[in-house]
Amino acid sequence: MTHPRPHLDTSPKVSDEVRKTTCYMCACRCGINVHLKDGKVAYIEGNRDHPVNKGVLCAKGSAGIMQVNAPSRLRAPLKRTGPRGSGQFAEISWDEALELATSWLRPLRETAPEKLAFFTGRDQSQSFTGLWAQQFGTPNFAAHGGFCSVNMAAAGIYTMGGAFWEFGQPDWDHTKLFILFGVAEDHDSNPIKMGLGKIKARGARVIGVNPIRTGYNAVADDWVGITPGTDGLLILSLVHELLRAGKIDLDYLARYTNAPVLLDTDTGLFLRDADGKPLVIDRNTGLPAAFDQKSIHPDLGAIHTVDGKTHRPVFHTLAERYLDPQYAPEAVAERCGLSPNKIKRLAAEIARVAFDEAISLPIAWTDFRGERHSHMTGRPVAFHAMRGISAHANGFQTARALHMLQILLGTVETPGGFRFKPPYPKPAEAHPRPHFKTTPGQPLDGPHLGYPQGPADLCLDDNGQPARIDKAFTWDNPLSAHGLMHMVISNAHAGDPYKIDTLFLYMANMAWNSSMNTAGVMQMLTDTDASGDYVIPHIIYSDAYSSEMTAYADLILPDTTYLERHDCISLLDRPISEADAAADAIRWPVITPDRDVRGFQSVLIDLAHRLKFPAFTNADGGAKYQDYADYIVTHERKPGIGPLAGWRGDGSQTGRGAPNPEQLQRYIDNGGFFVSHIPETASYYKPWNMAYQDWAVGMGLMDQPTPYLFQLYVEPLRQFQRAAEGHGAHQPPEHLRPQIRERLDPLPIWYASADSDCAEYPVHALTQRPMAMYHSWGSQNAWLRQIHGHNPLYIPTKLWQQHGFQDGDWARVTSPHSSITVPVAHMAALNENTVWTWNAIGKRKGAWALKPDAPEATKGFLLNHLIAELLPPKGDGLRWSNSDPITGQAAWFDLRVRIERTAPPTEAHPSFPPLTSPVGTGPKDPK
Amino acid sequence: MTTLPPKTAKKLGLVIDLDTCVGCHACVISCKGWNTENYGAPLSDQDAYGTPSGTFLNRVHSYEVQPPEAAPAQLVHFPKSCLHCDDAPCVTVCPTGASYKRAEDGIVLVNETACIGCGLCAWACPYGAREMDAAAKVMKKCTLCVDRIYNENLPEEDRQPACVRTCPAGARHFGDLGDPDSAVSQLAAARGGFDLMPELGTAPVNKYLPPRPKDQLDHPQTAEQIDILAPYLAPVANSPKGFLGWLDKTLERL
Amino acid sequence: MHPAPSLIAFTTLSGLGFGLLAWLGLGLPSVTGVTAFVFFTIAYVLAAGGLLASALHLGHPERAWRAFSQWRSSWLSREGCASVAALLVMAAYGAALVFWGQRIAWLGWLGAALSLCTVFCTAMIYAQLKTVPRWHTPLTPALLLSLCLAGGALLAGQISLAWPLLIAAAVLQLLAWHHGDRAFARSGTTLGTATGLGARGQLRAFEPPHTGTNYLLREMAFEVGRKHATKLRGIALTLGYAMPVLLILLPGAHVTAALAVLSHIAGILASRWLFFAQAEHVVGLYYGRHTPRT
Ligand SMILES: Nc1nc2c(c(=O)[nH]1)N[C@H]1C(S)=C(S)[C@@H](COP(=O)(O)OP(=O)(O)OC[C@H]3O[C@@H](n4cnc5c(=O)[nH]c(N)nc54)[C@H](O)[C@@H]3O)O[C@H]1N2
Ligand SMILES: Nc1nc2c(c(=O)[nH]1)N[C@H]1C(S)=C(S)[C@@H](COP(=O)(O)OP(=O)(O)OC[C@H]3O[C@@H](n4cnc5c(=O)[nH]c(N)nc54)[C@H](O)[C@@H]3O)O[C@H]1N2
Ligand code: SF4
Ligand code: SF4
Ligand code: SF4
Ligand code: SF4
Ligand code: SF4
Ligand SMILES: [Mo]
Repeated sequence: MTHPRPHLDTSPKVSDEVRKTTCYMCACRCGINVHLKDGKVAYIEGNRDHPVNKGVLCAKGSAGIMQVNAPSRLRAPLKRTGPRGSGQFAEISWDEALELATSWLRPLRETAPEKLAFFTGRDQSQSFTGLWAQQFGTPNFAAHGGFCSVNMAAAGIYTMGGAFWEFGQPDWDHTKLFILFGVAEDHDSNPIKMGLGKIKARGARVIGVNPIRTGYNAVADDWVGITPGTDGLLILSLVHELLRAGKIDLDYLARYTNAPVLLDTDTGLFLRDADGKPLVIDRNTGLPAAFDQKSIHPDLGAIHTVDGKTHRPVFHTLAERYLDPQYAPEAVAERCGLSPNKIKRLAAEIARVAFDEAISLPIAWTDFRGERHSHMTGRPVAFHAMRGISAHANGFQTARALHMLQILLGTVETPGGFRFKPPYPKPAEAHPRPHFKTTPGQPLDGPHLGYPQGPADLCLDDNGQPARIDKAFTWDNPLSAHGLMHMVISNAHAGDPYKIDTLFLYMANMAWNSSMNTAGVMQMLTDTDASGDYVIPHIIYSDAYSSEMTAYADLILPDTTYLERHDCISLLDRPISEADAAADAIRWPVITPDRDVRGFQSVLIDLAHRLKFPAFTNADGGAKYQDYADYIVTHERKPGIGPLAGWRGDGSQTGRGAPNPEQLQRYIDNGGFFVSHIPETASYYKPWNMAYQDWAVGMGLMDQPTPYLFQLYVEPLRQFQRAAEGHGAHQPPEHLRPQIRERLDPLPIWYASADSDCAEYPVHALTQRPMAMYHSWGSQNAWLRQIHGHNPLYIPTKLWQQHGFQDGDWARVTSPHSSITVPVAHMAALNENTVWTWNAIGKRKGAWALKPDAPEATKGFLLNHLIAELLPPKGDGLRWSNSDPITGQAAWFDLRVRIERTAPPTEAHPSFPPLTSPVGTGPKDPK
Repeated sequence: MTTLPPKTAKKLGLVIDLDTCVGCHACVISCKGWNTENYGAPLSDQDAYGTPSGTFLNRVHSYEVQPPEAAPAQLVHFPKSCLHCDDAPCVTVCPTGASYKRAEDGIVLVNETACIGCGLCAWACPYGAREMDAAAKVMKKCTLCVDRIYNENLPEEDRQPACVRTCPAGARHFGDLGDPDSAVSQLAAARGGFDLMPELGTAPVNKYLPPRPKDQLDHPQTAEQIDILAPYLAPVANSPKGFLGWLDKTLERL
Repeated sequence: MHPAPSLIAFTTLSGLGFGLLAWLGLGLPSVTGVTAFVFFTIAYVLAAGGLLASALHLGHPERAWRAFSQWRSSWLSREGCASVAALLVMAAYGAALVFWGQRIAWLGWLGAALSLCTVFCTAMIYAQLKTVPRWHTPLTPALLLSLCLAGGALLAGQISLAWPLLIAAAVLQLLAWHHGDRAFARSGTTLGTATGLGARGQLRAFEPPHTGTNYLLREMAFEVGRKHATKLRGIALTLGYAMPVLLILLPGAHVTAALAVLSHIAGILASRWLFFAQAEHVVGLYYGRHTPRT
């Protein structure tokens, strides 16, 4: 009795239609194929043609369908009915919502535009939202970079015109040794995984420097389980060893960096010619010459004596500093939690690969001094780093140190090393400087954010007071190039530097996982003054979901999901370029929303028109742009240059060209993106390669060729130091002089990051991003939350045994700021003084349409409760902020705690009163 | 089909590289997505927004290894789905014939319309590759994407399992392990591909590639390895002055 | 394995039922008419009732008929076939006894053989599973058959057969426990072989693939505390074996016999709970179960 073989259809129809757009579950922005059945999303896969992901897709991207189906999605504009923080709202119409917003905003614009603080979280449309804020006239605009990775970005820009992360990438195809510092997941999520796969397939070596060995660090061939906050020391020790052994690329340093630039022995500033160009000594003539003069050979060693004063090149100062025995492996190893031998072997391995395995590609090119090279030589050691070094109070200098290491080896923009992605490279001088001058009823005088070149560029008013609510670009943190979103709520609450009226937030869960001192922030958002009014009078918020933050808004502007709106991933902003190509992309409504929600950018355009912003209003007073789609196509930043580079003009022009009404359709036809490849002769040495410079001008990335030198010595930092030493018209307040003198060193230094020497709090506490979760919003995803529904605190073997922990135990974790009680688990592959957990898994009851018994709300927890935006008092009468003194970057990873075993409570502490969900709770058995 | 086919024409299966898998769970979710829309009943979820539990055909574990010497501990991400065993105990225990192994390619499948949901096959599988769907009440398992790999509605290059297509690290490889010349067989041979629980005699088709040796910086195999690297750090000078001297000399030669 | 009450009750009761049928088939006791009717009814309620209950617990009971098809390879299918055959044969045999007072001996022997065969098949469903080392032993069919015979004899009122069989079953039970407690370790299957990483060092499950539960964990990763298990073993031994022997050897009437049966059933239920609850499935290894903790 056997059954007939069941009939099996091995060729079922896959879907009715495939629409190609761009993923949104992180800043990687992969191309996706959205399969539709009966007009509904059925399946999402990676787009094989897409430059970013080439067909692959991460867990979040594949789970996008559950993001669209999530019961937590907001349904219509909401107006607060209960007290702030309760979650009680009434649905209102868009007209009412926009009128209400306008009624708050218009008087501010006309009288005191700075009373609006507009901060846009993890915004992928910053060039647009920035323009909106500029048109409003408020100086108070930034996105999330200040609490994210501004150290990395700023250190990269100032040092070499671009950082890791979305500014550039390792040369995955050629590198033979890849060294990764402090990365769990990164923005370049799929490309890093693809790159690691490529490296592994070639049998090349990966070294992970990270206190925690998971993910990328787990597949690394070698693991350097460093003590948090000490990477700078390790790197400078590597530099020490490499210098001592002469394992540095002298030719590269002489040609492409400011190592040969002469320092004025009196000021520490560059010697410059009459045109202000830094001087070097030309080896051909022995005479000083402007660095970019044709056919000169800058001399790394030559000194220059004028008027009895000896001026030496940067390289002398550099060598002297790092050859000092304080950087010897023996001197730093213990502090780094490593053995001197391991540091030496790491240095030796780098030297071996860089110099014994150097590669040479037979590609001829011409440099900016007119010299022709027959080959492109590479030292195939590639580095990459992210928040592990960035999110410390010494992160700027640590990231600088890492860039210096790469540059000394000659691995930046050479085969097998690190490569920029257009529009980078772009040095600090080519970026705007910050603007902050307000005029009631008028736009701001220029873009908000930028790269100060010295004290004159700070955003201080005539009394030397901070002009911005977040106190960005002040003496406290002069190079805060991305603003300080994490300080906005506490400053607004304190009325310091001034009071604001309306806090307008987009896409940032500030009442929860993106804030330090979460409980304090909730308090500040709900605090009332003597007359019973809220201290922050109005809060407008745009979210797509019922997050923790929505409960604190007075007015909620519900966004669509990423599959229902137009979006633009622009070269003016943070594009999707690869090292070999410039690329940008769009999102477009592949499905229609089934509810009363609107794309936030289109809502801003509506508001801009209601408020009559000049750049959004035609001469006849009519709206210049119908909606965001219209803006994407027709807006011009400069004549011929708009948000999208592809198919401009009549459709045949790239980079520059008149607006093309067909442009969006051309993008859709092409799979949602546009790629323009860099010619082979322009593929490396971009900052100095004339073929690249010319190509970039053609693409509209710059207006004229701008070759420049890598800045081992960052002169703007010296400018600030000099101010602190008492020079110049702009003087810091007394209490900040020592900090500026010590920290804003023009050559990389290491100092113990804030807070890190407390005997009372001996354990470092970190978070990592889980690859299958995006911050807070993975938890509303029925698939992803099954993978990460709660998070233990992982404890290294030594502490595990010392405290007698058992499986299933809980611990009380105490920082100088607060204390939490959480479940623990054992981990051996962990730095012995470090504990950690997954980031943003813990949820507040009532948020995200989850049931109150959801594990995220009962066992899940945040470390944010332990982290304060201010450091504990030091006894000097001042409160110092928990951030990098140079950029203001939030120092999440400086957290130190002590742990103790405790009886298991019924749920994780602290727990907050449940929020009323404006969207109810998700169904029990969906489908 | 009450019993296993004596021989299958092909042995289609996966080769999973434990040296490369970063544990991202992409394969887990793309599998869930594809198989919710395709072969058989959707993969359901219970209490999806409370205390959830759902059906998945592919799951990624992780294990910690503490090597014997004082070397650092290692972590290995470990994806696991049906191994399409040659001697599949899940098939022979099935009372209804719903479980079967295809003679043409060795894929082990469940004919869901014949499955009574007794669960015995899941007990018989050592690998936890079968999960009973709580809504459909039939046994679900990896189909090796039998509805993709031959699917003429898909472009040729997409005729591979969803999990393989999506894996960002390229840690999953699909092919015929019965053909010694296939890319997957070659890869398995070159990298020492191994079976899970070989002692149970299931003869899995899927192979796992071991992580490469780790932490060479920590435990030099031999004393001379230090010597191999040491010359790279031989100092050119011991003082900054000496260094500048060396610099001058070297620049002369450039 | 998850000790599902339905499975525990089914295997215990149907085992008893088939045991009783087996003895009835052998003519022990030799009964006819109403007495036969009572005996057969008890046997059928236990045997068929157990079967039916378990069929109703299937995901798709409406397809249960398909389970007869794979007797060539599947012990579960064989169990189904054997049980139906046993019940049919014994029905004919019983009808003859009840209605015609006739004992068709060869039919009885056949029925008895089929009844034992059914229990053997049931036992083999477990014993065949290499994935559950505790079950994967001839002791499993031996124990289940001995219990079926002993319990059957008890129900059949065959005192002189029952007590030695109970003692034999108790011995097998002790052997099964003794063997079972070592079986997993002896099987050679470890987290090392499960992952192929064993040779690299000390292995430990780190993060599970999902933070919540799933079918596998619910079904196969059940764990009982050692203390709890020891207590239950004591109860099983006392109620399932010692008490019945004592009770039936006491001079007495039906009361003690009935008590002996009830005590036996209670004890065997406890033992059967342990049979499942203590059975470690190798898949638990992947989830960090059954590994010596470091
Ligand atoms: N302890 C600790 N805390 C950290 C970090 C850490 O490492 N450790 N990392 C920090 C860093 S780097 C970052 S970037 C922050 C991130 O923190 P957040 O920026 O707060 O991150 P999300 O949780 O993604 O919150 C963004 C909000 O955007 C909403 N949203 C999602 N999609 C859409 C949409 O399409 N439209 C709109 N309008 N809204 C949408 C979500 O519902 C959510 O409420 O966390 C910071 N906090
Ligand atoms: N899946 C997923 N992807 C994401 C996100 C997400 O939420 N989920 N968020 C996106 C965002 S906003 C950001 S900013 C990026 C961030 O991406 P990552 O930079 O990868 O950020 P984290 O996950 O915070 O990881 C920080 C890493 O640094 C390590 N670390 C901490 N301190 C130190 C130290 O002192 N030295 C060294 N060497 N390492 C250290 C930690 O162990 C951890 O591995 O990821 C983006 N991509
Ligand atoms: S990495 Fe994942 S979440 Fe991020 S854009 Fe790509 S597919 Fe989407
Ligand atoms: S892995 Fe399990 S389900 Fe797959 S064929 Fe082997 S025994 Fe059967
Ligand atoms: S659950 Fe279905 S496939 Fe598995 S053994 Fe039972 S009938 Fe066969
Ligand atoms: S082959 Fe298909 S069914 Fe099997 S694990 Fe991969 S995606 Fe899932
Ligand atoms: S997708 Fe690839 S890298 Fe990610 S968990 Fe699966 S096998 Fe590993
Ligand atoms: Mo971030």
